[in-house]
Amino acid sequence: MSATATGWETVVGLEVHCELATATKLFCACPNAFGAEPNTNVCPVCLGLPGSLPVLNERAVELAMRIGQALHCTVKPSIFHRKNYFYPDMPKDYQISQYDEPINVDGYLELPDGTRVGIERAHLEEDTGKTTHVGGGGRIHEATYSLVDYNRAGVPLVEIVAAPDIRSADAARAYVAELRAILVAIGASDARMEEGSLRVDANVSVRRPGEPFGTRCEVKNLNSLRSLGRAIEFEAQRQITLLERGEAVVQQTRHWDESDGRTHTLRSKEEAYDYRYFPEPDLVPVAPPGEWQDQVRALLPPLPADRRAHLAAVTGSTPAGVALVVERGLDGLVLAAVAAGADPERALTHAEHNLSMEGADRLDPAAFARLVAMEVAGELTATQAKAVLVDMVETGDPPDDIARARGFEAMGSDALTAAVDEAIAADPDAWASYCGGNEKAKGALVGRVMKATRGQADGKAVTALLEERRAAAPGPA
Amino acid sequence: MTGAGGRPGPRGPAHEIAAAVRRGERTAALVVDEYLEAIAAREEELHAFNVITAERAREAAALLDRRVAAGDDPGPLAGVPVALKDNLCTRGVPTTCSSRILAGWKPPYDATVVERLAAAGAVVVGKTNLDEFAMGSSTEHSATGPTRNPVDTERVPGGSSGGSAAAVAAGFAPIALGSDTGGSIRQPAAFCGVVGVKPTYGRVSRYGLVAFASSLDQIGPFATTVADAALVLEVIAGHDPLDSTSVAEPAPDLLRVLDDGVAGLRVGVVRELLGEGVDAEVVERTRAAAEALDAAGAVVDEVSVPAAAYGLSAYYLIAPAEASSNLARYDGVRYGLRVDAASTAEMNVATRTEGFGDEVKRRIMLGTYALSAGYYDAYYGKAQRVRTLIIRDFDAAYERVDLLLAPTTPTTAFRFGDKTGDPLSMYLSDVCTIPSNLSGHPAMSVPFGFGAGGLPIGVQVLAPALGEAAMFRAAAVLEEAIK
Repeated sequence: MSATATGWETVVGLEVHCELATATKLFCACPNAFGAEPNTNVCPVCLGLPGSLPVLNERAVELAMRIGQALHCTVKPSIFHRKNYFYPDMPKDYQISQYDEPINVDGYLELPDGTRVGIERAHLEEDTGKTTHVGGGGRIHEATYSLVDYNRAGVPLVEIVAAPDIRSADAARAYVAELRAILVAIGASDARMEEGSLRVDANVSVRRPGEPFGTRCEVKNLNSLRSLGRAIEFEAQRQITLLERGEAVVQQTRHWDESDGRTHTLRSKEEAYDYRYFPEPDLVPVAPPGEWQDQVRALLPPLPADRRAHLAAVTGSTPAGVALVVERGLDGLVLAAVAAGADPERALTHAEHNLSMEGADRLDPAAFARLVAMEVAGELTATQAKAVLVDMVETGDPPDDIARARGFEAMGSDALTAAVDEAIAADPDAWASYCGGNEKAKGALVGRVMKATRGQADGKAVTALLEERRAAAPGPA
Repeated sequence: MTGAGGRPGPRGPAHEIAAAVRRGERTAALVVDEYLEAIAAREEELHAFNVITAERAREAAALLDRRVAAGDDPGPLAGVPVALKDNLCTRGVPTTCSSRILAGWKPPYDATVVERLAAAGAVVVGKTNLDEFAMGSSTEHSATGPTRNPVDTERVPGGSSGGSAAAVAAGFAPIALGSDTGGSIRQPAAFCGVVGVKPTYGRVSRYGLVAFASSLDQIGPFATTVADAALVLEVIAGHDPLDSTSVAEPAPDLLRVLDDGVAGLRVGVVRELLGEGVDAEVVERTRAAAEALDAAGAVVDEVSVPAAAYGLSAYYLIAPAEASSNLARYDGVRYGLRVDAASTAEMNVATRTEGFGDEVKRRIMLGTYALSAGYYDAYYGKAQRVRTLIIRDFDAAYERVDLLLAPTTPTTAFRFGDKTGDPLSMYLSDVCTIPSNLSGHPAMSVPFGFGAGGLPIGVQVLAPALGEAAMFRAAAVLEEAIK
């Protein structure tokens, strides 16, 4: 249910961690790879062995900058801090992260519907290892022992902190989907929620519209867009229920449980860690020179929002209307086909409805334009055009050849009229019923025409002819 | 020294040993045996070492001799025995930091300085005792027991690099490495009557030095002569891509300038470090050193570094703060001691309670407090501002002079137990050395005579960042003057 319908407004701020697609880890030369045997991609540095020191990975800084630029942030001189807390999967018992001087600040992300979500910061930090609790159903308190895999320790992360601008679970999902598309487009991350290379925490609060923000709870363990949406809806409703009962929301960290569809208390504000942040003395400040920033910016590919705006302008649609085509990466094909003379609207329609299959993006734009032209010229019906498209993607053959091989030749109007009259004669009952106002009976007649013409007839034309004949027929007896 | 027959010559200095080994006049095997004998004769009394690597040393020496025989040159430290402070990582050799918490831990890698020494032909004879994790000024805070001062075994050798200082003073090795966070090389060098150098922060790679306070720690040499200290520093200094704070400078050229003298150099005696709390005999020796430099043609004056007086207070916030974080990793999960308990958190506590000594615990608590929410600005933040002031004051002084001169320690070596009951009095023994760590500037202690009871007194030459060459020239003049 929608929270606003009850007079409450949901306020969401999202924190997204994404693993950067670097070859090596953030502070050492170990491979940054998913799925290796436990504790094989490790060295003295990422194991935090005594005496080891971190050295910053330049490529990670470049990707972090790229993310900042794609999110319209200001790239700033930054430093690293140590975030101190004890946890067995953290080799040094502190995490090297950026604190009050992050590399990217003050940007925004534009959703397909045109609304903007503020980006407060996007900073670099190292990932932790991964703990597996053995025995006791995998829960830490009942486990007989725990195993730690440090392969992930030191993998570069960028944490992207959004302003509390999101007002619904749907918008939160749209934000993450858009962010993911951007991260993939710029090559910064493979951004897979299932593999944990994209992790989302949601800060949820509720309020009466116009009132100050309510007390928020942070929800963790959101492993899919679906979980994200469900968790926000559950959590908002939980808070509304509390408030309507006259109780207060307690600031805390909560854990989303996919199986029971609820959030559960993880720790309260009083149990929150004092991280004792201080500047990391083993690293020097990171101040990307303007030249380097310009080089990185120059290599930035067009972003989904820009692509949507461009395609919408060219095809006469809206950014939201072309969102799916851009998401499929077919905007380039449509634009090229239009440039080759294709009708923009028809080309867009095909890309949206008929090109969801693998390999569609490899379609030759000129051939695609030719197909659209054949359809517009009436040489192919819509149904035929779709069939030809499928074959084109599969075989790479030109549309004319495919149409000929399939025997698709536009039917002259005489042949069509004859086929319609034959159908009427062959099924007098259906004809009588249709003339009596039963629209459903039309289907049987159209079916006969199609069968007789082996699908070559244009359905719309058949319907038009049938209507013409009915209008001319004598009234019901 | 003798011919190629291999009859052992006199021990040290290092550059003579290396020269003889490179020419094939002495074998590294005999040099090493000779030092191992010296160690065997007196180690029980002094306890300079946590571990003596006799077997490895003999193997390394034999290999060097085969290389020399084959016409190879093993390098400027060919066959020179070296003692390493036991907080420098050595592959396959226990590195304990004199702490129970690291008992038995063998690093899988060598520190950069260890690699560079080996590449220059040096032979490691052992790992030396220290105050646990380099926290202390007497080597009394060691889980393996105290080291005795070879000059007077009733007295401490200083610390935290007391084992390395004692090893060189006792002739266990002609050279040694220590680490200096607040004076941990210079103070024991002064107490034991040897040369000790803290280079510019970033001159020597910290990769493989078990961290105490990362922004202050620096590795440096001990030697019996200024020339040997210069030789070792040339070998270990220079940029290391594994240490982000390593300066992008090649190793300084020191041996070549050692005889250049100090004529025309401007030297300032630091007024604030000759005041209250510094023994009269130490002040007298410092003034004598100033006169010696003056006699050699330097322009000597007294200068003021006002903020240096606050160095100790700032240091005892910054160093423990960084230590509290650096020592967090000793949690029983991955290596070293583990004391089992019902939960991970309880295991962490049990391990650290059992594994760390009192002084380390005291500093972890101090540092944790200084970084805590609500206290950070008042303690850590303020200490960092004092640090900035100290750097500014030094910079101002170095606009007027090329070098500074000061005592290394307020007193000569004290007796065991004199200061262990009063941490603050122990901390005060670093008052003259700490400012250089806070500023990151180089400083070295040179023996300059003796006080009551024949105890050595060291004077300290300080230089601006990367000013080691001038610093060594002055040190060489002082060494010559005291001969």
